This record gives sequence, C-alpha cells and structure tokens, in this order.
Amino acid sequence: MTTATESIWKEILASSTPTYFEDGKEARKKAFAQLSEIGLPTSKSEEYRFTPITKALEKRFTWTRSTPASSAVSIDQFLPAIGDTHLIVLINGKFSKNLSQLEGLEANVVVSSFEEADSKTKSIIQSLIGTVSKTEDPFAAMNSAYFQEGIFIHVPANIQVAKPILVLHINAAQEKQVITHTRLLVSIEKGSSLSIIEKSDSLGTQPCFHTFTEEMIVAENAVLDYCKIQNDAGAAHQVSNTFIAQADSSRVNTFTLTLNGQIIRNNLTIQINGEQCESHFNGLYLVNGNTLVDNHTVVDHQKPNSFSNEMYKGIMDDQAKGVFNGKIYVRPHAQKTNAFQSNRNILMSESATINTKPQLEIWADDVKCSHGCTTGQLDEEALFYLQARGIPYASAKAMLLYAFALDVLTVVKNENLKAYLDQLISERLHKNF
Amino acid sequence: MSKDNQVLEEFTSKEYEHGWNVNLEADEAPKGLSEDTVRFISAKKNEPAWLLEWRLKAYRQWEKMTEPMWANVHHPQINYQDIIYYSAPKQKKSISGLDEVDPELIKTFEKLGISITEQKRLTGVAVDAVIDSVSVATTFKETLGELGIIFCSFSEAVKEHPELIKKYLGSVVPMNDNYFAALNSAVFSDGSFCYIPKGVRCPMELSTYFRINAANTGQFERTLIIADEGSYVSYLEGCTAPMRDENQLHAAVVELYAMKDAEIKYSTVQNWYPGDKNGKGGIYNFVTKRGLCFGDHSKISWTQVETGSAITWKYPSCVLKGDYSMGEFYSVAVTNNYQQADTGTKMIHIGKNTKSRIVSKGISAGKSQNSYRGQVHIMKRASNARNFSQCDSLLMGDQCGAHTFPYIDVENQTARIEHEATTSKIGEDQIFYCLQRGIDEEAAVALIVNGYAKEVLNQLPMEFAVEAQKLLALTLEGSVG
Repeated sequence: MTTATESIWKEILASSTPTYFEDGKEARKKAFAQLSEIGLPTSKSEEYRFTPITKALEKRFTWTRSTPASSAVSIDQFLPAIGDTHLIVLINGKFSKNLSQLEGLEANVVVSSFEEADSKTKSIIQSLIGTVSKTEDPFAAMNSAYFQEGIFIHVPANIQVAKPILVLHINAAQEKQVITHTRLLVSIEKGSSLSIIEKSDSLGTQPCFHTFTEEMIVAENAVLDYCKIQNDAGAAHQVSNTFIAQADSSRVNTFTLTLNGQIIRNNLTIQINGEQCESHFNGLYLVNGNTLVDNHTVVDHQKPNSFSNEMYKGIMDDQAKGVFNGKIYVRPHAQKTNAFQSNRNILMSESATINTKPQLEIWADDVKCSHGCTTGQLDEEALFYLQARGIPYASAKAMLLYAFALDVLTVVKNENLKAYLDQLISERLHKNF
Repeated sequence: MSKDNQVLEEFTSKEYEHGWNVNLEADEAPKGLSEDTVRFISAKKNEPAWLLEWRLKAYRQWEKMTEPMWANVHHPQINYQDIIYYSAPKQKKSISGLDEVDPELIKTFEKLGISITEQKRLTGVAVDAVIDSVSVATTFKETLGELGIIFCSFSEAVKEHPELIKKYLGSVVPMNDNYFAALNSAVFSDGSFCYIPKGVRCPMELSTYFRINAANTGQFERTLIIADEGSYVSYLEGCTAPMRDENQLHAAVVELYAMKDAEIKYSTVQNWYPGDKNGKGGIYNFVTKRGLCFGDHSKISWTQVETGSAITWKYPSCVLKGDYSMGEFYSVAVTNNYQQADTGTKMIHIGKNTKSRIVSKGISAGKSQNSYRGQVHIMKRASNARNFSQCDSLLMGDQCGAHTFPYIDVENQTARIEHEATTSKIGEDQIFYCLQRGIDEEAAVALIVNGYAKEVLNQLPMEFAVEAQKLLALTLEGSVG
C-alpha cells in the first residue's frame, strides 16, 4: 500500500456518516468491511485493468477531512432544453430542496431524499435498499459505506408518470476538491411507467470524485426509460454502479452518453428476473483530450424467454481512451433467450486507444446470442465522395461520424430528449473532432 | 424428446475407443520436483552444462511463480511433488532401423493404426514417433537431409546442432513466460526440432505422434521449429492416449520462428483421454504454443482440432513482428461429459501492415464447458493492421456451457478490427429439413456439425483431414441435442 492509499484509508476510516435508518449503521459497517476486504483496484485487478482510478485518487486528491460547502450555484446553464420535467437537484452530493421542482407529480408518487422521508417511506426504503446491488465492485461498497445523500422515487401500481424526472448533479469545485457519494433508489410497481434523466455537470477546475449507486426495481409490466448524460468538466472522476432488476414482461430502455470528464467508469448491470422481458441498452462515448471512459455492462438472463439488445459506440480523439467490457450471462434455465450485443469504435488520432472485451457466458443451450465488435476509422472513399461534391473535409468528417453515432439514439423514446441529445452529439462532432 | 434423450445417453456413455495400456518398462525419475530432479533429467540425457544451467534457471523462476487461476476451468489442486518428471521407454543404445525398436512399441503404433512401416510406405509422411518422452524412431531423415532440412528429436538436436538450440531455445516463449512454460523449461524431456534452410520448401508434411504411456508421468514436450528465409514447412501433431484413472499433467511448449518470407503451418489433432463419463481421470493439457513472425512477409498458421483432454488450457499465439506478416488461427474444440476447454489465441500486431485471422468453432455437449479466450492487440507502431475474428459456439444438451472472452486492445488508429461471436444450438428446422429428406437424425447432426466446422477442417492437410473428420464423427455419434 502506498502512502497515498494509506491516507485514503485513514480518511475513509475517520469519516462520520449520517444514518437514516435503524440498521443503517450496521449496513455501513458491513459495506466498509467488504471494501476493506476487496481493497481499491490496482492495474492488476481484471475489472480495472485499463482504468487507473486508484492512481488518480492518490495523485489528484488530498485525503484530509473537509466537508464540501454547498455554495450558491446557478443551475440554469445546466438545465437541458427538453421541455417540461420534474426536477431534482443535488449540489455537491446534497439534495437542494429550493432548486428542485416537484410540484404536479401524480398522486401517491413519492420523490424524497432519504433524510426527509416520512417513517412509512423510510421503512419501504429500508426494505428495498441493497436488494439488487450485489456486486464485488469496491466503489459500490465505498458508496454503501459512505453515501451522504440518497433519493428515493416510488411509483405505485398502474401510474404512468407523464413528465420525465430530471436528476441534476452539480459538483461545484471552483475552490476546493469535491468528493461525493450519492444513491438513487427507484421502485416502479406493476403496470407503471417512468422516465428518468440523470445529468451530471461540474463547475471549476478542482478535481471531483463522485460515486453513484443506482438501484432500480422494475415490477411486472412496468416500463423504465433511463438516460444518463455525463458532461462534467475535465477534472471529474466518476464511478457509477447502476443496477436494474426486471420482473415479468417489463421493459427497460437505457441510454448513456459520455462527453467529458477525466475518468468515467460506468458499471451497468441488468438483472432479468422475469420472463418475456425486453431490454435495450445503448451507449455513446465521444471523448477527446485526456478523457478515459470505461463502460462495463452485464446483462444477466436468469429466466427464460427474454430479449436483450445492447449497442455501444465510441469515438476517441487526442489521447482519449475507451474501455468497453460487455457481458451477456445466460443462466442454466434461461432457455429461449435472445441476447445481442454490439460495440463499435472509431479512433481519430494516433494516441487514442480502445480496449474492448465483449463476452458471452452461456449456460443454457436453446438460446440465440451474439456479439460483434469493430474498431476502425472513417471510410476514405466515403470522405472522398463527399469532398468531390464540394463538402469541406471537416464537414464531411462530422457528417460521417454523425451518421455512425446516430443510430444509438433509437432507444430514446422521448422526442424532446432525443432532439436535445441529437443536438449535443452533432455540436460535439462539429466542434471537437 | 425421449428419443433425443436416449441418443444423448448413448453418446455420453460412449467409452474412449483408443484406450489400452501397453506395459513398457519405464526408466523413471523419482517422484517430485527439486533441483535434483532437474539435474537427474539433464544427466540422464547427457546434456551439456549450458542447458543444465538454463533448466535450473527456469526451475528457480518457476519456484517463485504461482499457478494461474484466471482460466474458466475447475480442477483439484495439482500436487507438483506427486508427479514423475521423467520416464523413458527401455531401448538399445542406438537405433538404426525399425527392426531394432522394441516390438512392444511397434505394437502400440499398430493399435493406433499408424504403424510406422505403413506410414513410411503409403503416405510419405516422416514420423518422429514419441513414446513417453523419448523419440525412438525417426524416418525419412535422409530424404530430408538431402535438402538440408533438420528434423530430429530435441535431444539429438542438442547434441548435433547446439548452436541453433542455443540461439533459438526460449526466443519465442521465454522460460519465465508463464507458470507452465517455466515448468516445462525446467523439466522438458524431449520433443521435436526442425530447421528448414533458406529457400527450401519442405516436400512432405512433417509429423510427430505424442503418446502418454506410463502412469503418473507428466509429459513435458518441447518443440522448436525454425523456418529460415523464404522457406515453407507444414508440421502435423496428433495425439491419442491410453485410458487412465489419475489425472495426468501435460505441459508442452511449442515455439515457431519464421524469418523473412517464411511460412509455417502447424496442425494439431488432439484426442487425449478426456476422463470417463463421470469426469474421473483424463489429461490436463496446459500448453504454451507461440509463433514469432520475425521477418517481413512471414506467415504462421495454427490449425487445431481438439476433442480430448479433461482440461485444455491452450492459446496458440502469433507475434507479428515483421512488416506485412500474417497470423492465422483455425480451431474446432469439441467437449463432452465433464470436459473443460479454455482455448483461443493471441494475435500481437507489432509490425506494419500485419494481418491476422481467427476462426474458432466450439461445440459443447454433456456437462462440459467450452470457452474461447483470445486477445487481439494492435501496438502503437502497427499501422494498417487488420484482424478478423469469428468465434461460434454450438450447444448440445442443456447442461453444458459455451463462453467467449475476447480481449481487443487497439493502440493505433489505422487498425481495422472485426470480431463477431454467436452462440446457438443446432437449429430444429435444420434437422427437420434433413429428416424430411430421408436423412436420419444422427446423420443430420453429423452433416450440420461437419458443415459448421468445415471452414476449419478445410485448413488441415489432406493426411490429417481424414483423421480429423473421423474423430469428429466419432465424437458426435449419437449426440442429438
């Protein structure tokens, strides 16, 4: 253990965390024990082979105790133009009631921070938390031990939540580094539907480290649309652990867009616990500079007759690094599973790299599973064709990249959101690549 | 479905056909591994001091290493002190003809259906027969000698061509490359050596038959093939082993070295004892195979048909160092009962304009686990590298598993990489189509599987293709899933 890691441990050991529930303290202790057992990942850890997050934590952060101040922040610049939404705002990992807008929610739909939840809600939270987040990831354990804020969203049976819920995370690191651990717990009951958009941004140039744990429980016939937009400033380090559990005939669409940040690691686990489920999870990473983006996805088919489709695409420029690790896991009794996965990458510069590991682990025989993976560059003939027709090189390039990237958006159903994402992508491609 | 189950049962209860045991009085080393064992082996083989030093160095490195645990296989811990590291069949001091060979040995070959005389007369294949670690007969040596081709046992090469061995031994697979390679480097018993001089195209398929024979004997073969500028060689390796109750460890090392414009084609048919239907016994096959395309425009091609062994842990790799060099990997791996296979390849692109192609077909039946694990690594300097990989898995029966773990690491923007993998069972509609046309279920499965594996089988040389097809048909007899 290097001295820096030691001081990380010391700080972690010393930090006091709020307890929201009766056995909250016990759960945190357990999580900490797990974290101590696993330890922070090194370059030898298979799951973090290409993602030197521990090194970054040692180098860029000072691990002395400091409570992040929740300064006054204007959030307008970070609000996406996606029409009318419900809004939850977290500044430096703390729920801001003033900035959030939660009026007009359908009856009986609960949106609350863990702290402010009434006792009935608290008991629901307590019964759900940690039930779907089984993992060996050290940062999930770190989050369970130290999360300072949790948001709970509960949609009772047969309610279609009309407006999407936007969860906006802003880390204000103008003066000091920011370290935050937040949780999101979502329960969508039978026959309901909900759309969540989670967006993270940061202010200032000081380093940020943010761990997210998101647990989403989707009951029978329920529908979840989940979109994550990662557009932090250059010094953001993030580790997300997202768990989605699906019951019979539920549908889940997820989309992850990564544009900025220093080291961004997304662990997405979809547990298909029911039959006749459908899940689509797409992702797009358009990164340049020194950004490293690492997407680890697992789709775990535990029951027969379900369908999953995954498509991740990436464009890496400058010294950017892309990592993709996708796993399709089909359990012994999950017959008639159809699972597909595809990962496509374009490298734009000499120093950009991609490490991809698409995996299949199939323990049932009557299945159709496939994965495809490509790495390449723009087709020179296509570029020439466009240039020969008077389109300048830069526009031609952007046009082709845009065409390459766009089809991942098919998974986004909300038209406003789709238009906004489309614009983000196209701006990015015209400006930076 | 009941018929399916019945046929499945028939298939799974099929015993190993090549099982028997010939009593050869072995000249064994005492059980266990220590520096003394290494010295014993070296002394037994009258090796020069530098080779003993090399072995000891490997042994010391091995001592510091730990057994790799990352493979997707499960087996009881191997007790490396409970293995006999050297055993040689009794033989006269030197052999000039087949008549001097132990008649028991000849019988062994006859049972296998590859009697040396037959081979010599009919097929024109030069056989370097290896029984329990010591080469006992080498044929067609003179014909090859006229062309300047050296094809002999490893120990002979150590005596007669020490300069070549000194230069190339460990040049592709360093002694400390991995746990099993280090073990092999320390205790390797014998193997084959082959050198093709500049501009020579080897006129015949070179072949060697490995057989594990004495109980409790680890087999540590070492093969080194060097193809000098502009030469070509096709090398065949085929294996069958007698029935055994205790697990036997096999940790071979194969090194291929291709210089400028040279081409090496290495084909394997592996049918070692896979254990009985309860998963008892069977060979542990932990092999390190690697080829180095050292010169520009060189080419190395691996083809393997894997049907045996309780556990296979094998990744024939190509290091594409020369510009415009090319690596190929074609594999069919069939697992049944409790067999476990973790196999695949590594393509390391270092030179410019290098190309590689991977075609892997896995078939799993019974309670077996079949994994493809491969790496395609494009180094920074390797511009315009091209790779195509295809890994398909076919499942028969609902208790087996098929897994794919490809690693694709690209550090150069001009690389074009494609990887695709599928997993499925034999299509019911495909079988139905055949049934409709009067082809019975068994023949239909054989037809479908042979078609499925054809891309790989086609890569085998004629002499081998027949054997491989027979083997595949035999393994799949009655296996309708």
